Amino acid sequence: MSRQTSRLDAKKVNSELLTLTYGALVSQMLKEIENTDDVNKQLERIGYNMGVRLIEDFLARTSSSRCLEMRETADKIQHAFRLYLNMQPTVTSWSSSGDEFSLVWDQCPLSEWVEMPSNGLKYCALIPGAIRGALQMVQLDVQCWFVQDQLKGDAITELRVKYIKRLEDAVPAGED
Amino acid sequence: MADEIVFDLLHSEIINYALDQSKDNNDKKEVDLSVVEYIGFAAGYKIMERLTREWPRFKDELDTMKFICTDFWTCIYKKQIDNLRTNHQGVYVLQDNAFRFLNNFSNGHQYLEYAPRYVAYTCGLIRGGLANLCINSVVTAEVQSMPSCKFHIHVQRT
Repeated sequence: MSRQTSRLDAKKVNSELLTLTYGALVSQMLKEIENTDDVNKQLERIGYNMGVRLIEDFLARTSSSRCLEMRETADKIQHAFRLYLNMQPTVTSWSSSGDEFSLVWDQCPLSEWVEMPSNGLKYCALIPGAIRGALQMVQLDVQCWFVQDQLKGDAITELRVKYIKRLEDAVPAGED
Repeated sequence: MADEIVFDLLHSEIINYALDQSKDNNDKKEVDLSVVEYIGFAAGYKIMERLTREWPRFKDELDTMKFICTDFWTCIYKKQIDNLRTNHQGVYVLQDNAFRFLNNFSNGHQYLEYAPRYVAYTCGLIRGGLANLCINSVVTAEVQSMPSCKFHIHVQRT
């Protein structure tokens, strides 16, 4: 006897499971950790750890070469968003010196079905963490923060990325 | 739609987080995986609601288990459960010979002691999914050799 209904869509289920699991993690953290700032920090750290490992996958899959300029970096971050979260953020608001830009999106799989309490929680803090972690592995030190957030009532979500410095290769300790 | 690797990484970070928390709370060597299990439960409970929305009603408990072993498992773990056994009195044993979260480990005994960390989430996921279908259960896992894993489901009847 075969079922009439169509089979489940594996990609969709996986993506929904990610969203729900992330939601469960955040709510669990809010329960365990009283201070919302600490929750933000934890989420950022988790993102950082994921970014550190995600960059390897990204480089292997896209076989992209070293970025010589922030504009290239921005393009690649945009590509990574498409690859990993299937979203297409726009890169805008370049600063005149070209070392700061914004990523703007209006829909993110992580923040689906989310309603926020107004307590200063940065729900998507995972994303800036991941960007920071990934870029650190290619010797770029950046700062990432949210300027606007849909979950807080803004029309769009805007993530600002600022170039700090290029990390230099150092001589391993004790090998001088 | 998010890529699989993102979920894999998040899964291992959840375990990391739980280990950190239990380190802070007590100095004992024992690790507290209940948080991981609970996160799995919450996710399983909600995903089941979405998956079965347009699904025909399950005939009985066994039919529900079959759904978990085939469709549910294929979506999340890329393969079906290899073996389903039951005593027809509320105990089900689901055996997966190449469990997704254990696949990347060495086949030897080296990391066997860490295996429970990587199956806790899935125990919760099954328990949560069944809970939303009105089956209260206790789910435990048993890893004898990597990467194969047995999930024991004890249905609670009261």
